[in-house]
Amino acid sequence: MEKINRDKVQQLLDSYQNKKVFVHVEVTGGMYASHFDDKVFNAGMFLRNVQVTFVQGGIRGGENGEYRVGLKLDNDGWIYVLGLTHYEVNDDNEFIMHGFNYDGKLASALEISTQEFLK
Amino acid sequence: MEKERQVLVIFPHPDDEAFGVSGTMSRYVDMGVPVTYACLTFGDMGRNLGYPPFATRESLHEIRKKEVQESARLIGLDDLRLLGYRDKTLEFEAPGHLKGIVKDMIDELNPSRIITFYPGYSVHPDHEATAEAVIAAVKEMAPAERPALQLVAFSNDTYKDLGEPDISVDISGYEDRKEKIMAAHESQTGPLLKTLAGNTAESEAARQMWMKNEVFYSYDID
Repeated sequence: MEKINRDKVQQLLDSYQNKKVFVHVEVTGGMYASHFDDKVFNAGMFLRNVQVTFVQGGIRGGENGEYRVGLKLDNDGWIYVLGLTHYEVNDDNEFIMHGFNYDGKLASALEISTQEFLK
Repeated sequence: MEKERQVLVIFPHPDDEAFGVSGTMSRYVDMGVPVTYACLTFGDMGRNLGYPPFATRESLHEIRKKEVQESARLIGLDDLRLLGYRDKTLEFEAPGHLKGIVKDMIDELNPSRIITFYPGYSVHPDHEATAEAVIAAVKEMAPAERPALQLVAFSNDTYKDLGEPDISVDISGYEDRKEKIMAAHESQTGPLLKTLAGNTAESEAARQMWMKNEVFYSYDID
């Protein structure tokens, strides 16, 4: 993966606009967060292989290399992810954005593909 | 440690065997005991993607599959079963489904001993779902037929509630092999391996914890 290049990520987002795409969306503090520190409230989520069409996608932010991505959906719904730092397009043509925290662990993810992700 | 007819190890994630159990598994293999390792998921929702990251959420599946295959090779297993459930989702499978999977393996393999997690004391929901499925499957068996249970517990209240572990396996002589097994899970173990190799007090504590004895609890099902 590479650190996010804002222009390249914006171009990639544009390339999926108005197409039926599958998304993987994830925010995680890890299953062990409150095991290691009982003051931590453990919240997280993932959505996988949800199909959407977005009419407008944008990348914002970038302070300290941390970006926000928002996708406005064709039914006026939204997908929003905060804390993205890295991106790549892999050999399966999946557009992957990850956010790594200060310990190098995955904290957030937004992935977009025209094909279904591995089940 | 006595010779067993067959040992069945059941964990949900590809590195669950490495830290607390791989020395014991290696010893059984070296005694000529057939050991089966059933790993229920590929651990593909893990947050560790390497240090620095070399995996993605999508490539982690294949990477961890290769890691557990290498771990099994180093342990000396000839029966590794990768069941392919999605990481984090075991507790949401239909009630009784995992128990049925475990029952089928017990019927096929006739294990004299099962190693898995301790229900209520294993922290991760996948660990708990695995432990509950094993206990439920064994509970349905006639008491005389049941395999012995050897369970891993590590939640913060383990010692307070369960006391000292009553099974301790001496793994001296297996340190190098175990370190290689842990290193096979490279995407997950980077920082720990560095700690183990160091010469600080923390490193010595880690070696004491992982490289001397592997400890377990027996479990009375009634």
